[in-house]
Amino acid sequence: MNDLPSFVISTLQATVRAGTPLLFAVLGTIFTERSGVMNLGLEGLMLVGAIGGFMASYNTSSLVVAILLAMLAGAVLGFIHAFFTVTLKINQIVSGLAITMLGTGISGLWGKDYIGVIARRFEPVKIPLLSDIPYIGRIFFEHDLLVYISFLLVPVMWFVIYKTRAGMTLRAVGESPDAADAKGINVFAVRYLFTILGASITAIGGAYLSLAYNSMWIENMTAGRGWIAIALVLFATWDPFKSLIGAYLFGGITALGLRLQAIGAHISPDFLKMLPYLLTIAVLFFTSTDTLKRKVGAPASLGIPYSREDRT
Amino acid sequence: MEDFPVLEMKHISKSFPGVVANDDISLQLKKGEVHALLGENGAGKTTLMNILFGIYHADRGEVFINNSKVSIASPSHALKHGIGMVQQHFTLVPSFTVAENVILGLKDFGFVIKTKTVESKIKELSEVYGLPVNPRARVWTLSVGERQRIEILKLLYTGASIIILDEPTAVLTPQESDTLFKAIRKLVSEGSSVIFISHKLDEVLSISDRITVLRGGKVVGTVERENIDRRGLIRMMVGRDVLLDQEKPVVETGRVILKIENLNVKNDKDLMSVRNLSLEVRSGEILGIAGVAGNGQRELAEAIYGLRKKVSGRIELDGHELKQGNVAERIRAGLSFIPQDRKTVATCPNLSVMSNLFMKNSICELVHCSPWKLDGRRMHSKADELIDEFSISTPSAKTEVRYLSGGNLQKVVLARELSAEPKVIIAEHPTRGLDIGAMEFVYKSLLLQKKRGAAILLLAGELYEIFRLSDRVAVIYEGQIMGYTPPYPSYIEEIGFMMAGTRQEDH
Amino acid sequence: MRIRIEKRLEIPRYAGIVVPIISVAFALLIMGVILLVFFMGRLGNLSSAFRETFEAYKEMLTWPFANRYGLFSTFMRMVPLAFVALGLSFAYRMKIWNIGGEGQLYMGALASTWGALFLFKDVKSPLMMIVLLSIIGATAGAVWALIPALMKAFARTDEIVVTLMLNYVAIFWVDYLVYGPWKDPKGYGFPGTAPFPSQARLPSFFDDEFHIGIFIALAIALLLQYIYKKTGWGFNSQIVGDNLLAARYSGINVRNYTIIALVVSGAIAGLGGAVQMMGVQHRLQHGFSPGYGYTAIIVAWLAKLNPLAILLVSFLFGGLLVGNDQLQMFYKLPMALISVFQGLVLFCLLGGEAVFKYRLAIVKEVPESE
Repeated sequence: MNDLPSFVISTLQATVRAGTPLLFAVLGTIFTERSGVMNLGLEGLMLVGAIGGFMASYNTSSLVVAILLAMLAGAVLGFIHAFFTVTLKINQIVSGLAITMLGTGISGLWGKDYIGVIARRFEPVKIPLLSDIPYIGRIFFEHDLLVYISFLLVPVMWFVIYKTRAGMTLRAVGESPDAADAKGINVFAVRYLFTILGASITAIGGAYLSLAYNSMWIENMTAGRGWIAIALVLFATWDPFKSLIGAYLFGGITALGLRLQAIGAHISPDFLKMLPYLLTIAVLFFTSTDTLKRKVGAPASLGIPYSREDRT
Repeated sequence: MEDFPVLEMKHISKSFPGVVANDDISLQLKKGEVHALLGENGAGKTTLMNILFGIYHADRGEVFINNSKVSIASPSHALKHGIGMVQQHFTLVPSFTVAENVILGLKDFGFVIKTKTVESKIKELSEVYGLPVNPRARVWTLSVGERQRIEILKLLYTGASIIILDEPTAVLTPQESDTLFKAIRKLVSEGSSVIFISHKLDEVLSISDRITVLRGGKVVGTVERENIDRRGLIRMMVGRDVLLDQEKPVVETGRVILKIENLNVKNDKDLMSVRNLSLEVRSGEILGIAGVAGNGQRELAEAIYGLRKKVSGRIELDGHELKQGNVAERIRAGLSFIPQDRKTVATCPNLSVMSNLFMKNSICELVHCSPWKLDGRRMHSKADELIDEFSISTPSAKTEVRYLSGGNLQKVVLARELSAEPKVIIAEHPTRGLDIGAMEFVYKSLLLQKKRGAAILLLAGELYEIFRLSDRVAVIYEGQIMGYTPPYPSYIEEIGFMMAGTRQEDH
Repeated sequence: MRIRIEKRLEIPRYAGIVVPIISVAFALLIMGVILLVFFMGRLGNLSSAFRETFEAYKEMLTWPFANRYGLFSTFMRMVPLAFVALGLSFAYRMKIWNIGGEGQLYMGALASTWGALFLFKDVKSPLMMIVLLSIIGATAGAVWALIPALMKAFARTDEIVVTLMLNYVAIFWVDYLVYGPWKDPKGYGFPGTAPFPSQARLPSFFDDEFHIGIFIALAIALLLQYIYKKTGWGFNSQIVGDNLLAARYSGINVRNYTIIALVVSGAIAGLGGAVQMMGVQHRLQHGFSPGYGYTAIIVAWLAKLNPLAILLVSFLFGGLLVGNDQLQMFYKLPMALISVFQGLVLFCLLGGEAVFKYRLAIVKEVPESE
């Protein structure tokens, strides 16, 4: 081991990269869940985002098109989920699982021809000035565009959710759909919108994997990140800034694990794979006391379909 | 009050699966008037107003505002036409502030919320109409009376000129009701028109200019306030003279069966809502507890029944102290509870009548079978027996209870609770939402149990019900008993004072 | 006059059968279209694509049921699905969403492997061995479910995510064992353990194509049916599932019921894992379950948690899986397509359910909307 600071910095840098797909998934799902819709289909969403983005990048060499296509793929699946859970009022868990199946399958299908192929990827870009800050600069400001977008997305989402009319509408629909309905807000439309929007943001997380992190398409490349993201949404108590903590915490575990292995530490790779899941369970356990839930506020209507005439 | 009909509903009809809620109803609201919509529970008042407010769509009929026909497809439509409704169940987002609740869904202030402007406008309105609120307070911290004011302010903020109030005084003290009535007068003098839905005769007589009486989904008639009196209204509401005060059976009271000593219980917000409360109920006695909702009645009932943990104090059933939070033990000891929320607590909506009747593990006692081998046939016949005995109107014992009317649902609850011959009955608002026929049935059943020797603790909001049934009246305020009175209407003023916080000794 | 969508008051009895049939038919239709497109891409012209689609279709739908080998394969596929789905139904009745069927299955397999290869390896009697392995498998599944059960009962932790996470932990644990300490030294590097001793194999017929696991599943289904319909537990668990507040009010100890529900559900799934090892796999391998635990969730839901219906639905799904295998082997269809099919079937079934809850009503004389 050469020098500790260098090890730490490169690990933290890797943490940011590893946490980014999780961050996108968590942020997107925060939008969805705050409107009262539970979406367990994150694995599927990320995978279609990954393949959609990769396909587009390969065929058009345009990263912009790639991201747009990834978002579109996510949006379509999001629409399906919304249709079944909001309009048909199907059990949200089952629908989410079906989306996972569908997304996994579709991505595998499309991806058949893209295995082992190279497409245009997001290259790291150093931000002038900021990247010269000792230590911090290297950790945060030498990444690719998508990472920077994820950085920006956090405060933007925070602002939208808490400071704008649209955000207030979103929160009202999630907390008290009755109250929102009485105020003339179209609960269904809001849920559709934010489910679709959330799904497309989640899909960007998948695109990040195929266009930056791994820079290729591998079947099932999300490797369970979608499931972890679901838990992280709870952990972040539906708050954008707290998502950073969760996403980077888990990114860090992954990064640290890989690095320790690289320097020869004897850790079983399977144990490393287990670690994020075990940690998620531990975290959930310690944060799930009732008082915490009440004060911090799970969207009260999460998981419950809304029906106006059922109200009386 | 002018003669101009600011609102007209013509030949409105609305049916739900199995029941005709509104049958050819026509109603007229004049500008600047307070128009009461009077009728028993289930007469169709709320349905009619829900149609006006766009929550339901009428099957037939038309609505006119200022003499032009309109079609109201949703609450936001209604608001656009200047119609606003304050419902019995408030539609506020608990975690939002007052200001946020008021502006929720409004489109005229752009993308970013300008909190200061909104707050000052709210303050202004609240002063003009005498409805004091703090725009920055979070709703979950506010009292019921304050929340109601927010509901009204919401409507005023958007410029509603036709305001519908659905049973507004159900949750207010007599004094708070006075404040509300003053505010209504002010609203009307500023040009609004008010529809006041109620089933309480005295209020209607005191506040309205005109009264429309509904019965069984139809309009019985519309009268001017000056031309009618209490008796006349009752006749219109019920179709007969109902003696709302019958004779109470005289029963010799026995030993103390329910004894509560220095009970302290916390509510959901972690505040002490039952404070050092002591009371006794004897066998064969009905103790009625009067008080405005939210003064600890629910927590008291839940603590006695075991659904809520007590902080300290002693609860004794027939001499035995009851262990903390063990509902099953209490059921076995003969304690029964008729909760206010029959839909959310006392019944399982998607299960059959039979299942609901046997919910409390009393199957095995009632039907004599073992928990390892339930006897379906015996259960069925016992269920039929109970349905008969309690006159429950249902297609069969297998029907899911969510299809039952409120009155029949309550009968199911009663059948279950009372057929086990309990020693103590806690009845919480047992006639809420029931029509007169069902109410009579509940009274009869409770009085029968009293004759049988049960000790009954009655928590009710309607004073006349308390007078009707109780042997003694206690008043609860902020978790404490303020005093006791005999059950006669002549004590109503004293009771009113106690309900508002004055102890008996102090006046 | 206007057509309006109105909620049905009562769902007619026949709906329980007609609706799934129509939904599946619809799903098959869409699948046919996808197959057609796929073959078009591969073969280039429409008529041969049609022919190929038709052939593939026929194969997929009939092979699993119309010939001996196919039928037995179907039954064998059905077994793990049925076990997990039956176990899940026990928890789902109370609206406790055990998503951990896959993990509990794996743990049952893991434990029974441990028993067969190490703990009980000196047991000679087949009957004894099978009983012991079944017990240990069920126990492992039960313990695996006990973790989320305790968390839910005492800390109100959401069981969905915890059970989900534990699935992965179980899978990775098995991986660790089969690539590492338990790897078969004579296995040519293949990620699996040594084979089970012969006394640890379930009796089977027809040249090992049909093991008795299915009868065990049947027995469990009948047992559960009895419990649900004829015992106090069955009655009370309905109440817990319908209205939690009412359950407390009835004096039901919800905490105990929660724990028992999850533990039993895990036990049955774990038993399924043991049965799968003893009946089909005969050794612990990486990825021995193609997502049975997740598919079982759907099976249970479609069968409306009725144990006998679960047997039927898992049979049909088993047929679907076998048919899909045929498509993969003989028509070289990618596995991913299978996943798409399954998702499609599910959505069509979900949609059919929901659509049938409503009906079209013709309403006269309604004022036009503004």
